[in-house]
Amino acid sequence: MVNAMADLPDAATCYELLARMALIRRFEEEAGRQYQRARAGGFLHLGIGEEATIVGTTSVMRPEDFLIGTYRTHGHAIARGTESKRVMAELFGRVDGTSGGRGGSMHIFDAEKRFMGGYGIVGGNLPIAAGIALASQYKGEDAVTVCMFGDGASNTGNFGETMNLAALWKLPVLFLVENNLYGMGTSVERHSAQTDLSKKAEGYGISGERIDGMDVVEVREGVAEGIRLAREEQRPTLLEAFTYRYKGHSAADPEVYREREEVEEWQEKDPIEQFARRCREADVLGEREVQQARDAADEAVKAAVEFAENSPEPALDTMYENLYAQTEPGGWYAVDERSPEPHRGEDEAEMPDSARELAEAGASYAGQPEGPRPNPATHGDAQEGVEPRVSSEREVEDAPKDAAGDED
Amino acid sequence: MAQLRMREALRDAMAEEMRTDEAVFVMGEDVGVFEGAFKVTEGLLEEFGERRVRDTPISENTIVGTGVGAAMNGLRPIVELMTVNFSLLALDQIVNHAAAIPYMFNGQAKVPMVIRMPGGGGHQLGPTHSHSFEALYLQVPGLLVACPSTPADGKALLKAAIRDDNPVVFIEHESLYGTRGEVPEGENGAEPLRFGEAAVRREGSDVTIVGVLKMAHVAEGAASQLAHEHGVEAEVIDPRTLRPLDLDTILASVRKTNRAVIVEEGWPHGGVGANLATLITEQAFDYLDAPVQRVTGADVHMPYSKRLEQAAIPHEEHVVKAALATLEGAR
Repeated sequence: MVNAMADLPDAATCYELLARMALIRRFEEEAGRQYQRARAGGFLHLGIGEEATIVGTTSVMRPEDFLIGTYRTHGHAIARGTESKRVMAELFGRVDGTSGGRGGSMHIFDAEKRFMGGYGIVGGNLPIAAGIALASQYKGEDAVTVCMFGDGASNTGNFGETMNLAALWKLPVLFLVENNLYGMGTSVERHSAQTDLSKKAEGYGISGERIDGMDVVEVREGVAEGIRLAREEQRPTLLEAFTYRYKGHSAADPEVYREREEVEEWQEKDPIEQFARRCREADVLGEREVQQARDAADEAVKAAVEFAENSPEPALDTMYENLYAQTEPGGWYAVDERSPEPHRGEDEAEMPDSARELAEAGASYAGQPEGPRPNPATHGDAQEGVEPRVSSEREVEDAPKDAAGDED
Repeated sequence: MAQLRMREALRDAMAEEMRTDEAVFVMGEDVGVFEGAFKVTEGLLEEFGERRVRDTPISENTIVGTGVGAAMNGLRPIVELMTVNFSLLALDQIVNHAAAIPYMFNGQAKVPMVIRMPGGGGHQLGPTHSHSFEALYLQVPGLLVACPSTPADGKALLKAAIRDDNPVVFIEHESLYGTRGEVPEGENGAEPLRFGEAAVRREGSDVTIVGVLKMAHVAEGAASQLAHEHGVEAEVIDPRTLRPLDLDTILASVRKTNRAVIVEEGWPHGGVGANLATLITEQAFDYLDAPVQRVTGADVHMPYSKRLEQAAIPHEEHVVKAALATLEGAR
């Protein structure tokens, strides 16, 4: 991997980059732990190892630019400025979550920070990115849309369709493929005939570059240039950032498709540790600042868990809220036809009693979280009986020791 | 009042809304230079230019997805899909994205877009170009579904759809584009029609016939036959929008006539009629004097042969027979 010796930015920026990456790392570790405790449900896709790609990208975006990502975007929202406690509350399914508990881990969103989601369908965010960019251009605004997606998404029809449309219409968008070498459990060599993903859009008129996604400084330079091309020349480009996720695809991943040695080899190039070392060696940051960034991350994540734990569950009578935007006041378009009582029409502002009773009866099955969650990789529907090689349980047990030790 | 064809009424609705709201624009396959596969966008490119009338590549999922993104960032796209058949290629963006985004992001994003798509059989276009998917879209929470049968409704509903802040699946019928009808004129043209208001096309006391899209006309024809040849006075209801559905108007009619027939062009299983029959049975069972009857398209892929195709589509005779079946033994 190229260790591009691009110049380090100023000390304040370096500290900010380090602190943001450390916060995401710490957040994701804690999210994994809370998943084991069954506080977070569903699927959990962690971005540990991919922090430099995320933070390098957002650090060169303007506030008015848009970012749109995938189902692995806790870190992207945090990097964009969303409070980590609101992301944690979303994982907990609570009202103070970024989507009020309606979206969950895969559907984080923060309109204020122009983080445009969080999408659970691989490749589904690509055309939406083109549309956001189209609207900026149409309105004469110079905001750029940065669209991040995984290597697996480069095989979807949306990829080709969107590259073509973006190039054809000269949209102000930057496509950034976070190549972590695996589409779930299928390696790039096994899922893409063209393994140089940066070349994959050439036929559509979009040129590409490869960058070291483990080097936050190199990511900044590559993304800044891509954004410049989009903003000043209306030229969409495709950046391929090489990165690696240390954890499985999701918490239900037994990781039979890769060797532990490979994971360890990548951990040697840890983006946070590498950057901290470089900052210390260049005397840009001292040991004290590095420790301070770590401590701040610890504090923030601790507070995030406390905040999420104390945030209420969504009330049942809010179940239909925001299903429809109310163009005229007073309309309630949702009609729950499970309700056995006579039809109430579309204008009812409140849930009918019988519908509420049905909701309450159903909700009682949710119960309370108790005890640790069995590892879905060995107990769930994922791979029954397969022992995880890089067990997230092992990592979790080790966590208190190395949680703050990423930069050692 | 002016006599307009359906396609002209729809075009006028788009043009009027585009004149008053800069955020409204049209995109789709061949909507510009070609002026639409069914000429619904005739004249729009000339008046509004390439920025607001955008020809797209043949990439349905990306066309709709681009509309979703543009809507989330403040525009009001009108996306034309050449036919409902092709909308299947965009089902991911329609269902997983357009319909879900307002809810799954808890109201932080709106998707004010209209997805227009013509469908229906009768032109010998065979299995991949003759679908009726009202029932498919009707099922999806988060969508609004319109299915106008007259030029006046087409214009008024399309104006309402464009102004609405929700994603609207706007289903047109290919056979109705050329039909003429009175369309209100005026400074601003027709007023938008509120979604969820059915039209009673004909009043009657003996049986309620609900007809969707082109089948609203078939139902009216059947009602005339019933009156002239059988002395039966049918009440004909055109729901005009299927989501929201004006069930109250339908139930009020059924409580009066005690009988119901539902006519649609789509497939029978899980169809508009299947859903509506269930709702009527659940909520007006005590008023029913006969089982609810459904008249649907045949449970096959639309055959090309003219004879087979016509055999697969509901006609007035089918509706008359179903209506008489509900009255069996009553007279």
